[in-house]
Amino acid sequence: MDPTDIARWQFAITTVYHFLFVPITIGLSAVIAGYEIAWLRTGNERWLRLTKFLGKLFLINFAIGVVTGIVQEFQFGMNWSDYSRFVGDVFGAPLAVEGLLAFFLESTFLGLWIFGWDRLPAKLHAACIVLVHVGTLFSSYFILAANSWMQHPVGYEYNPTTGRAEMNDFAAVMFNKVQLVTFPHVVLSAYMTGAAFVVGVALWHLRRARTDADRALYRPAVRTGAWIVLVAALGIVVSGDVQGKVMTEVQPMKMAAAEGLYETEAPADFSVFQLGTLDGDEETFSVKVPGLLSFLATGTPNGEVEGINELRERYQEEYGADPGAAYYSPGDYTPVIPLTYWTFRLMIGLGMAGAAIAVWVLWATRAGRTPLGRAVLAAAVGLPLLPLLANTSGWIFTEMGRQPWAVFGLMTTEHAVSPGLTTAEAWISLLTLTAVYGVLAVVEVRLMLTWIRRGADELPPEVPDDAGDDRPLAFAY
Amino acid sequence: MELTTVWFSLIAVLWIGYFTLEGFDFGVGMLLPVLARDDTERRVMINTIGPVWDGNEVWLLVAGGATFAAFPEWYATLFSGFYLPLLLILVALIVRGLAFEYRAKRDDDRWRRRWDLAIIVGSFVPALLWGVAFANILRGVPIDADLEYAGGFFELLNPYALLGGLTTLGLFVTHGALFVALKTDGEIRHRARGLAIPAVGVTAVLAVAFLAWTQQQTGTVGSAVAFVAAALALVGAGLAARAAREGWAFLGTFVTIALAVAGLFLALFPDVMPTTLAGGTSLTTTNAAATSYTLGIMTVVAVVFTPLVLAYQAWTYWVFRKRIAVHHIPAAPAPATAAR
Repeated sequence: MDPTDIARWQFAITTVYHFLFVPITIGLSAVIAGYEIAWLRTGNERWLRLTKFLGKLFLINFAIGVVTGIVQEFQFGMNWSDYSRFVGDVFGAPLAVEGLLAFFLESTFLGLWIFGWDRLPAKLHAACIVLVHVGTLFSSYFILAANSWMQHPVGYEYNPTTGRAEMNDFAAVMFNKVQLVTFPHVVLSAYMTGAAFVVGVALWHLRRARTDADRALYRPAVRTGAWIVLVAALGIVVSGDVQGKVMTEVQPMKMAAAEGLYETEAPADFSVFQLGTLDGDEETFSVKVPGLLSFLATGTPNGEVEGINELRERYQEEYGADPGAAYYSPGDYTPVIPLTYWTFRLMIGLGMAGAAIAVWVLWATRAGRTPLGRAVLAAAVGLPLLPLLANTSGWIFTEMGRQPWAVFGLMTTEHAVSPGLTTAEAWISLLTLTAVYGVLAVVEVRLMLTWIRRGADELPPEVPDDAGDDRPLAFAY
Repeated sequence: MELTTVWFSLIAVLWIGYFTLEGFDFGVGMLLPVLARDDTERRVMINTIGPVWDGNEVWLLVAGGATFAAFPEWYATLFSGFYLPLLLILVALIVRGLAFEYRAKRDDDRWRRRWDLAIIVGSFVPALLWGVAFANILRGVPIDADLEYAGGFFELLNPYALLGGLTTLGLFVTHGALFVALKTDGEIRHRARGLAIPAVGVTAVLAVAFLAWTQQQTGTVGSAVAFVAAALALVGAGLAARAAREGWAFLGTFVTIALAVAGLFLALFPDVMPTTLAGGTSLTTTNAAATSYTLGIMTVVAVVFTPLVLAYQAWTYWVFRKRIAVHHIPAAPAPATAAR
């Protein structure tokens, strides 16, 4: 492999890995903030116990999200220096603002929340976790604005003297129409992921519960979590639908690649699955929904959807014949079709399966029922995993669907890599990070499972105020 | 003042924030096996930085992001050029950050010892390598006419750069020892102060040598003033430590690091990354900068939000201002066994 391949693998591995933890951080911080506020408003101790229990799981997850985020901030410069030079004027700004507005907020107020249980008044303490959540939303907004610019560059001018894209409209970059649909889609997916995690954990404990007190503790977590999963899933469908239409407009090739649609069709069908080579030859077997692709892409069941072959010709006229000769034959502007085809379906299918399980959980736990069968165990394990895999599929789809471009229409991936990057350096970096991440994954999952099994602790006895400064810390590393 | 100069100064401020704050975190981490005699004492030390270390590390991320936005060419050349040292730093920061969060989460000696090692090594590596990296920036590295780093890994390990590394190492160890002395009570407090006094002496020798060498290379009047003031602050820190004035002593190393970093940036200006190649191009605040439009937007954001960040970070330190002693550490709350 040449340095570009290795750098791409590193970006894929580190980013997918990082984004396994990030949605849980976003979603779970919202749920925990909700529970702590519920405790403040009702005085019911079960919300406090859930807050503390989920808080411990949150920290195990948050820590690994934070440390893998450090790599994200620097690998643009390390592996993608030509990209960094070219886009820094536009792309660097949201990244810097993200650090200043979001990272400081998250980390500082999380420190206050963890260690502040007996140092801060209750309302202020709850405000800290709310601010942590606000920080995660800021972070999502700015990093997604940066990514949206790569999908659909706006608010810039190309300067031939410096050879750089230079920003001339910050508002256009911040309110890119791709961004305006991507942000709700991604954040709702994060809510679904975080809530699905809560449902999984609480459902497992509900099934094991031997006392009414335990059932009274975990049932509300199961039900609130399942409702959030369901409502978020509906929002994901709506935002995803709008996103499909924006994508058809600004990146028609990606939509064509999502279906493996070679020839322009009106109406265009959507194949639920297809057995065949996906290379434009006749498919051997497929299950099709008539007109669905037209509806996803254009909003009408008869709308015309452009095919890969037409688009390729159009792109050749517009961008010339060289998308990066090492990867693509001259004039080829087509992403890897089987990958975009299947990741698109996995994203939708796995997300819908998660929503279906949430519906079942709500039904099975209605009116005080406690289901005990094996199906509950499957739901408890499956529900948290489905949104995680759907998120991953969605990102692989949207990033691979943009190829061969790093910045759509402006810079191909091949031209983005650091020119001085040697194969040896790239390998050292990829192997080191992959090995470290692999070990940490094992450590994290084992630790998470240990703390999930442990369940919510009883609340500690009240410490009399006269103990003063000699009290043990409420939380200590 | 030119916007490029404003941003050069702001990036200096971000690095000052990073080194003065995470500097003592690194020191606390490196001194874990030196100052603590048992697990409870190690936990005392870790808990002194528990609520703040992550917020301190964000200064690095913002410095990185701000460099990307304000000086894209600097960001690109620096991080693609200093590739392997930066990778080492990243790995160190990853395992170290996780160690703080994970070490107390299982009641198992081997588990804790491994994470202790991660904290110690993960603090040592960046404490040394940041000094090496900054010294190389000041000294200049081979950068060709296309602004690409044209050197190798071993060129970065020259005597001047290694002295720079030892200087940051010494400063952070001293800074950390004084932080432990300031934030703990009992025997560990006295041990920390006892260690800080000779540490100030050793660090002073290293720092004076490194700063004088820097001054002789690229110094200006401004950097000379900053370096002399930094040295005086370090002497002050030593005297305050001897007089058992821990607050003043810690303030002393804080000011030392701030002034030393400020002096390095003054000695660097108007270059941001000078070249040592005859036909090469030095990166400067002008040729590495973003457009004035981007810098203008960023200036507004920075002016509004930096004071806010400083205010709430300062408030955090106020909330957790009390000293921590052995009797504050609760019994390990962790499950004894791993998941099966």
